[in-house]
Amino acid sequence: MNVVTPFEGIGASVRRKEDLRFLSGRGQYTDDISRPGQAHAYLLRSPHAHARILSVDTAAAKAMPGVVAVFTSADMAGLGGIPCGWQIHNKDGSPMAEPVHPVLATGKVRHVGDPVAVVVAESRAQAKDAAEAILVEYEVLPAAVDMEAALAPGAPALHDTAPGNLCYDWQIGDKAITDAAFAGAHKVVKFETTNNRLVPNAMEPRAAIGDYDTTSGDYTLYTTSQNPHVIRLLMGAFVLQIPEAKLRVVAPDVGGGFGSKIYHYAEEAIVTWAAGKLHRPVKWTCERTESFMSDAHGRDHVTRCQLALDAQGKFLGLRVQTHANMGAYLSTFAPCVPTYLYATLLSGVYAIPTIHAEVKAVFTSTVPVDAYRGAGRPEATYLLERLVDVAAAETGIDKVELRRRNFIPTDAFPYQTPVALQYDSGNYFATLDQALETSGWTGFEARRAEAAAQGKLRGIGISTYLEACGIAPSAVVGSLGARAGLYEVGTIRVHPTGSVTVLTGSHSHGQGHETTFAQLVADRLGVPIAQVDVVHGDTAKVPFGMGTYGSRSLAVGGSAMFKAMDKIIAKGKKIAAHLMEASVEDIEFDRGTFRVAGTDRSKALAEISLAAYVPHNFPHDELEPGLDETAFYDPKNFTYPGGCHIAEVEIDSETGRVTVVQFTAVDDIGRVINPMIVEGQVQGGVAQGIGQALLEHAVYDSAGQLLSGSMMDYTMPRADDLPPVGVATHATLCTHNPLGVKGCGEVGAIGSPPAVMNAVVDALRDYGVRHIEMPATPAKIWNIINAGRRPMAAE
Amino acid sequence: MPQVTLTVNGKAHTVEVEGRTLLVELLREQLRLTGTHVGCDTSQCGACVVHVDGDSVKSCTLLAVQADGCKITTIEGLAKPDGTLHPMQEAFREYHALQCGFCTPGMVMSAIDLVKKHPAGLSEKEIREGLEGNLCRCTGYHNIVKAIAAAQDVMHGRRSELARAAE
Repeated sequence: MNVVTPFEGIGASVRRKEDLRFLSGRGQYTDDISRPGQAHAYLLRSPHAHARILSVDTAAAKAMPGVVAVFTSADMAGLGGIPCGWQIHNKDGSPMAEPVHPVLATGKVRHVGDPVAVVVAESRAQAKDAAEAILVEYEVLPAAVDMEAALAPGAPALHDTAPGNLCYDWQIGDKAITDAAFAGAHKVVKFETTNNRLVPNAMEPRAAIGDYDTTSGDYTLYTTSQNPHVIRLLMGAFVLQIPEAKLRVVAPDVGGGFGSKIYHYAEEAIVTWAAGKLHRPVKWTCERTESFMSDAHGRDHVTRCQLALDAQGKFLGLRVQTHANMGAYLSTFAPCVPTYLYATLLSGVYAIPTIHAEVKAVFTSTVPVDAYRGAGRPEATYLLERLVDVAAAETGIDKVELRRRNFIPTDAFPYQTPVALQYDSGNYFATLDQALETSGWTGFEARRAEAAAQGKLRGIGISTYLEACGIAPSAVVGSLGARAGLYEVGTIRVHPTGSVTVLTGSHSHGQGHETTFAQLVADRLGVPIAQVDVVHGDTAKVPFGMGTYGSRSLAVGGSAMFKAMDKIIAKGKKIAAHLMEASVEDIEFDRGTFRVAGTDRSKALAEISLAAYVPHNFPHDELEPGLDETAFYDPKNFTYPGGCHIAEVEIDSETGRVTVVQFTAVDDIGRVINPMIVEGQVQGGVAQGIGQALLEHAVYDSAGQLLSGSMMDYTMPRADDLPPVGVATHATLCTHNPLGVKGCGEVGAIGSPPAVMNAVVDALRDYGVRHIEMPATPAKIWNIINAGRRPMAAE
Repeated sequence: MPQVTLTVNGKAHTVEVEGRTLLVELLREQLRLTGTHVGCDTSQCGACVVHVDGDSVKSCTLLAVQADGCKITTIEGLAKPDGTLHPMQEAFREYHALQCGFCTPGMVMSAIDLVKKHPAGLSEKEIREGLEGNLCRCTGYHNIVKAIAAAQDVMHGRRSELARAAE
């Protein structure tokens, strides 16, 4: 008999099924896997940001102990380049520049870390030793590191096929209408800012193992991926030309992704190709310092914008000009980040009648830049929420009041923005009010005075944000340049005795899918979560999948499961009707029990599944045996989580150190399946947002060397850098997916940076500060405080 | 090649290593104890923390030969033979102090040593400072701090929040 306690379904903070293996050291991450007879690969990477490769001499390396093979790009002739998954069009309709991204650098290197050769040896240490014996002769060329410098006339050209280092010059919105709105404005507020470049730094470094079965000719790639089916498609079809039927991609336990493990990376193709060449498994594991120069980075926008307001502070129009760094090559989704994941979000939670945004994407001699937690939406939110605070200061309107005056009214949904999106639901007033109350907004001045008495500068900052996630309708993204569909796949397999296997194309790398998805099944089919097994991350097991990014697992992947469960229930009803000799219309199903309406006659799901697999008494004329259903779910729209984040900071005026002393997040993420997991997702996102605001910065010197290129130099948030994070939710349900869910993975990283920076600026209001660029490091703050003091001392 | 004799999770091993072999490489690659992870190459992240003669040590920063004659405990050796979790493991589970799980073994090993060395108990601030050597990218540390605060009561035999929750 199937009995589900009420504590296992939707809304229950069920403790995670996956934790036991992680807590006892039995997780299985890619580097934990050892294939029999495996050799180890090490990549020799460019020390120069831009250089011509004159020669590569591998003779000495090949003679080193333990070396199996040394490969350069010459050995890989015939392989395709690493493909880009999204094509953007210029203002004039022409397609973006899309230079070839070779697996190993060919002719030129274009960033420090660009791979030049690969050594395969019996041990990793031997491979590394031998790489040092490879002689590469470079002709060093001037680098184009900074975006403005790369766009300047006469800048060093990185690619022959990208004149002026321009990838695309794109726009959205109506320029003429926007210009007219500005012409009639009471006030125009101007603002410029840089969204600092970040390194994702998932704690598990990337790794890949290629394996080749000489009997079947099948390839297997084990890889640290958020979307193994996508990797199979990109690598199999475009790079290695291996038919999907002969290529299996496994993404086992993955230690965090945050976007950086979405993309198809050269190392995946290298180990797979080398395994086929050498007829033995080849393993590569990234070292952390290597990951700084080979994992896709995030953010890196420079933006100028203007906001037009009327005399009452109502927003009339917004103009935005952004330069977005692509790095040296186009990573898988890079072109869509500063366009359809950024500029389409520039309306935020506000009713802005007209918006015109222009985006230039620029090639530079740096590591490729792609989506990092939030991907475009943190950049849009940061811009808007700092801009609104600047506008509040310049108009003298209270910053909360200015927001309220411009919020999209709660009765205006569905709301069409001037930048393509149609929001389905939301209540920005409710999340604002709840956050103001929880954070003790009205009592802040007393806390500021108390801090001042102790020599501390205290500030409070607010961010009212919106994001679009759960991407997305395939037809829509296809029309916008996506070269993939963005549906998801779910299989519900009810076994003969009633336990359930869920196969999902979503991928869990920390999100707790094994628990949340089991809760969906428990809630709907009445099967205890202990009897629900969630399988993901293996193209040989899961029919297909687009993977996990853009907070889409539950909204899209969960909806696919929901649809598959619809089919299970529909078939189950027919079987139940047959067994109970009733009409199928009279069969009701509720959490594990099929009942003839109005009677006490019923069958448990396990009785139905047994009949389906042991079909002695079964409606064979009408049905096939078995109880195993698959659904592909293609969403009708994005989902639109939104909310309000409030940060309170204290600045030590002696050291300039900013401490976040309180953080309040009130998010509308739609229906909540597991509140404990949701809180954890938001807290983690907020930590990354605080990291961006106060600590993290990928800094290149003018020669293209990454100065913050290791964990000794790049400031990762530690436990004593962060406050406790208070999380609450206020749900308006998504109107277009069956679960009413919106997604929670990115809200923390999207809403928090402007809240923190608004608080920092607020804390320094007596110093005449209009804006401070992220990260607000102690040195920056100390200089502001002391620059203000000097004239006083001189008096 | 040098020979190292050491006891890992109660079991004696004698293994040949290169002079440059790190303790974490010996554990992961030669003893196949892959619960101990490597998250960086500059001793910053703490994913590789194990106990060496009872002290928490970053096993990426110790040569295997330096561990000759030592007693090592890894994450695999924490639970009782019947599978009962250590109170710190239990608290991490109860308080959702892990997401991707990659930093978790090092975090748990560090936390146990931190609590053991502070029998009078740790404040929230002290726990945060005590985790200086361990990075987590998923949780924002909020729940890790709560888990350690709860586990210290159990480990020191005090009436705990965990026990109260169970009642």
